[in-house]
Amino acid sequence: MEIQKLKELKRYATIIRKDIIDQVYSAAAGHPGGSLSCADIVSVLYFKEMRIDPKRPHWEDRDRFVLSKGHCSPALYGALAERGFIPKEDLLKFRQASSYLEGHPSMKLIPGVDMSTGSLGQGISAAVGMALAGKLDGKDYRVYSILGDGEIEEGQVWEALMCAAHYKLDNLTVFLDHNGLQIDGKITDVLSPEPVKDKFEAFGLKVIVVNGHEHQQIVEAIDEAKKTKGKPVMIVAETVKGKGVSFMENEAGWHGTAPNKEQRDKAIAELDDLLAKLEVE
Amino acid sequence: MVKKIATRDAYGNALVEFGSDNKIVVMDADLSKSTKTELFKKQYPERFLNMGIAEANMMTAAAGMASCNKIVFASTFAMFASGRAYEQVRNSICYPALNVKIGATHAGITVGEDGASHQTIEDIALMRVLPNMTVISPADAVETRAAVKTAIETDGPFYIRLGRLAVPVINDENDYKFELGKGVLVSEGADVTIVCTGYMVSQTIEAGKLLEKEGIKPRIINIHTIKPIDKDILIKAAKETGAILTVEEHSIIGGLGSAVSEVIVENCPVPVKRVGINDKFGKSGKPDELLVMYGLTPENIAIKAKELLESKKNK
Repeated sequence: MEIQKLKELKRYATIIRKDIIDQVYSAAAGHPGGSLSCADIVSVLYFKEMRIDPKRPHWEDRDRFVLSKGHCSPALYGALAERGFIPKEDLLKFRQASSYLEGHPSMKLIPGVDMSTGSLGQGISAAVGMALAGKLDGKDYRVYSILGDGEIEEGQVWEALMCAAHYKLDNLTVFLDHNGLQIDGKITDVLSPEPVKDKFEAFGLKVIVVNGHEHQQIVEAIDEAKKTKGKPVMIVAETVKGKGVSFMENEAGWHGTAPNKEQRDKAIAELDDLLAKLEVE
Repeated sequence: MVKKIATRDAYGNALVEFGSDNKIVVMDADLSKSTKTELFKKQYPERFLNMGIAEANMMTAAAGMASCNKIVFASTFAMFASGRAYEQVRNSICYPALNVKIGATHAGITVGEDGASHQTIEDIALMRVLPNMTVISPADAVETRAAVKTAIETDGPFYIRLGRLAVPVINDENDYKFELGKGVLVSEGADVTIVCTGYMVSQTIEAGKLLEKEGIKPRIINIHTIKPIDKDILIKAAKETGAILTVEEHSIIGGLGSAVSEVIVENCPVPVKRVGINDKFGKSGKPDELLVMYGLTPENIAIKAKELLESKKNK
């Protein structure tokens, strides 16, 4: 990947992180921790990988994206705004009664949202359904989905993965946002889904492990996924919950808590610093 | 001799008959021999997907496919379609109003020998409370065929409630017209109204014959579309007959009886009595034995209609 493209992806990821903070702050509710941890994956999908057109959100041949961890909608909405699907100013109406930006993604209300999600474990099944439809129709679109690592405690996730492998859905690429934390604490303390890599492999998926904040690694993993034939690919993205905001990093408490004004300003200042550094790099 | 066909058989045949469109996909959860989706599988193997014993995934994957412009029939026993996968049906199918048609077979106690674990008596209640959901409970094979055709032609989520037991064919296929959301006037009496659905329509027709022998002329209304329900036919019946009996192979809580009561109480209050499963689980047994045990016979329907008529006269 060109240096310029890499820089652009880093910049978009940082802007999406700022969008996340401002959405959750203006709503005084939402989920900053897991939104920040998947921001780099989302930026690669929306600004490099996916074949999408903001003018045609229902384009039949588009690539699909299902945010199975639907509570991280601020990351998705940030990407949709920066990509031109929705006006950026609408982000500040996130979760408000007058707005279409529901707490969890609604495909009926929001241009660019391919599936309504929020109830954990279901998005991945919907992605499987889209991939099955693509195979049936002989279409070459690809389907992407992001699972939370707490989310995979849901049994339905494993039904979906079994199905994806059975039907050899090599047009499906799934990310595990492996940040190690869920609402009540460490995933290994709450109800450990580990070892995730072994389990995914046992379920018939090809597994690629990457640093989920390194755009280069994410891009390379997707390239490999595209070349993989006969099985779906799981990209286990090792991530940090709250990534990019120093006081939110690795704190389960920031799973579903909004920052106050002071915290918001501090977070935005940190992310602005990062943007400034990217400019001079 | 009246011809008897199980509505699940009619469902399987209708999928084949109307299933030529490439947009139609049929999913099943390892019950294709019982739900009769195997008929579709034989005809259109490339558009049949066995999703295994994983109903939650099946319902949501059906939603995902429907989002890609498919008309997806998802079939399993009504117990698992409405119960096991309830929240998937709610959040992934009904909330986004996707084009998934749930072909739910083996509803009610006439499942028979499998017993309570497999006899859903709650599914109408569970499904009709969901926004965007259309709920159909066909009375016979002819109505089932028409319901499948209508479901294909009508955008949005459908729940089609079907049975295991062979039941009398009461409609004539040649002149039958299915109107979604419209009740069917089966007989035009004015003494008392009996509103029924599913297999209970043919049981009620038999009850009507018993009542007529005693000089009582019931109005019989078949409600095949539980949601949206035909308010007009119910209000008119309440006004003209002054009492309504509901009959269903379902709990008396939340099903047809409740749906009818809601309409009557709000618009034209008259006495309503409900015949159905009286807040208890089913059990193993032959369907005919169970129908007697649970009071879903023509004789019991006639008795309840007469009781209602008496209480109306004594008012």
